[in-house]
Amino acid sequence: MDDTKRYERLLDRYRNGDLDRRTFLGLIGAAGVAAGVTGGPFSALKRQALAATPDQVRFDGWGGVVSEAFRKHAFEPYTAKTGIDVVDGTFGGADEYLARVKASQPGEFNIAHLSGVFDYVRYDGLDLSTSLNEDNIPNLANVITALQDVLRSVTGGSLSAVPYDYGTTSLAYNRKYISDEEMREKGARILIDPAYEGKIGGWGEWKTRVWYGALQTGQNPNGIEDMDAVWDAIRQHRDLALKYWGSGAELMSLLAEEEIYVTEGWSGRVKALQDQGHDIGYYDPPGGLGWQECLFVIKGSPMAACEELLNFMLEPEVAIAVAEGQNYPPSLDPTKVALSDQVKALPAFDPSGTLEGLNFFDPPYWNSKEAEWSKTFGRVQKGY
Amino acid sequence: MASLDPKDNPSRPWTLLSPALTAILLLLVIPVCFIAVYSFWLRTATGADVAGFHLDNWAEVLTDSFYRDILLFTLWIAFATTVICALVGYVPAYFIATTQYRHKAFLLLLLMLPFWISYIIRTMSWINILGVSGVVNVALQWVGLTGEPLQMLYNQWTVIVGLVHFLLPFMILNLYVSLYGIDRNLVDAARSLGCTGWQAFREVTLPLSLPGLAAGSLLCFVLAAGTYITPLVLGGPTDAMFANLVFDAIITQLNWPLGSALSLVLLILLGGLVILYNRFVGMSQIAKSFG
Repeated sequence: MDDTKRYERLLDRYRNGDLDRRTFLGLIGAAGVAAGVTGGPFSALKRQALAATPDQVRFDGWGGVVSEAFRKHAFEPYTAKTGIDVVDGTFGGADEYLARVKASQPGEFNIAHLSGVFDYVRYDGLDLSTSLNEDNIPNLANVITALQDVLRSVTGGSLSAVPYDYGTTSLAYNRKYISDEEMREKGARILIDPAYEGKIGGWGEWKTRVWYGALQTGQNPNGIEDMDAVWDAIRQHRDLALKYWGSGAELMSLLAEEEIYVTEGWSGRVKALQDQGHDIGYYDPPGGLGWQECLFVIKGSPMAACEELLNFMLEPEVAIAVAEGQNYPPSLDPTKVALSDQVKALPAFDPSGTLEGLNFFDPPYWNSKEAEWSKTFGRVQKGY
Repeated sequence: MASLDPKDNPSRPWTLLSPALTAILLLLVIPVCFIAVYSFWLRTATGADVAGFHLDNWAEVLTDSFYRDILLFTLWIAFATTVICALVGYVPAYFIATTQYRHKAFLLLLLMLPFWISYIIRTMSWINILGVSGVVNVALQWVGLTGEPLQMLYNQWTVIVGLVHFLLPFMILNLYVSLYGIDRNLVDAARSLGCTGWQAFREVTLPLSLPGLAAGSLLCFVLAAGTYITPLVLGGPTDAMFANLVFDAIITQLNWPLGSALSLVLLILLGGLVILYNRFVGMSQIAKSFG
């Protein structure tokens, strides 16, 4: 068990010579006040300040139906079984959440429902990763190997997260205005079709825009050769688009209200729209984008408690219930675990358990471009 | 009995002011100092920050036309919003200030009513009003004026509409305070000397209400120029304002040093405006509006 305490890390840094004595004592005092050991007004904050104590674990996710599924099917039964409380937080986006983690004290945030391998690499790059004791997570054996391998390659063979679900970001379109045949014929280029000017949407996120820009210019998104052409395609899309959406709720609203007829969209959200009776089609174009989500344990967390929660969340009945709640297939290997018919009917579901039909961001390639491309997209997005 | 003369107890004003000064120091001065220090740091490729004294961020912000253009667009949106607030807000402020209606307090309460609802919800309500299936489009189609829904959302005009909706009460309150304080005998005197109603308004009421107009304009302009939610919710792809650049730098790009430099630019610009206002008009008018 690795219940890393703040003062132990300070002591390590002091012993290593990274802190002078005065700073060390000052930080110990500050840590003591924050932990409430000195009493006073801060003691009331002790519970929040010590979310990493073994009697509770903080979990942050995407909110909405996803959080509801977690709460109902995972956290409440887990607390009932173990006595460990789950402090349930939400975030609006991975970038916003990373900014909060970056500004926090170690141990303040414990487990996060992160999107894609890209974030896994970013957290590792910021020295926020841990090394899970896989013996404490026997249900990991049921998880699709391909999803694990890509994470292991980042963190030298160990895992700082367990893969939890996967999905696609493909083309969502209103069948009242766009036929299935037209969608198949035009593929990703329908997002830059002037015929739909003012009725096109798009996620205002640089990776997705660049990925689709690459598809629209006939390039491999994981090995773009003509970046200028991609930026031109992104500009073309921007000029034709009504709006960049920023959340799943906004995506659903724009499609449901017919403000836009076509956009790329998240498979689970589109499924939710279809379930509500909207005639929204969903098409995976050649080279369409797949992604996985993982439950990432952040450095400084109470590892044993986190590992126990992860193992609990990977229990087939829990993972399946969550998958049905959030409309994304679980990371469980269908060749090892019997999945429900509802899960098998979800968009992006791969019955083979290999995920060979999906295309994922290549982490070294995309993470090496992050600083440059995210900044450039910020400008292109605003009219440049 | 202790003397109240400050000369007898020179430390008394500072003692009385100390809670406010402490709050300002802790909640304003120190955070701004942190931001100032951060603006000289650099961001690495992994998102980690490198401490030091580097002028790169400032050089980029001050020389790159991208930031200048967005700043000019921001100032234009803030200016347009302020002018519309002034034009639209004067009439209700004049009415409330001059009405003989005995429940005047109720009218003022109505002005405050929007503040009981979240700013984000109020902003999003325009989607249900101006959207393709919103109230306006449904009404236009129902009466036969349009055959198809009009695309009214997600452009700079809807950003201005959202900002006017948010800021109008600030303008009306400031104007009301100013108009209410005008001695009605002055208007009566002007009328008795031969002025028409319009002339009396133009020569007496309007000039005397200018301090309120200036105070309301300052508030509206500063708040509009610093807004971030409205262009995000009601703007199109190219309607970003300066605060959205700060958000992008800090949240999306994890570039806190650049975001700090950008936020300081906005702070200095708007702070300068407030200083100019204080120099030529004085802050007392704004203080009156808030009671």
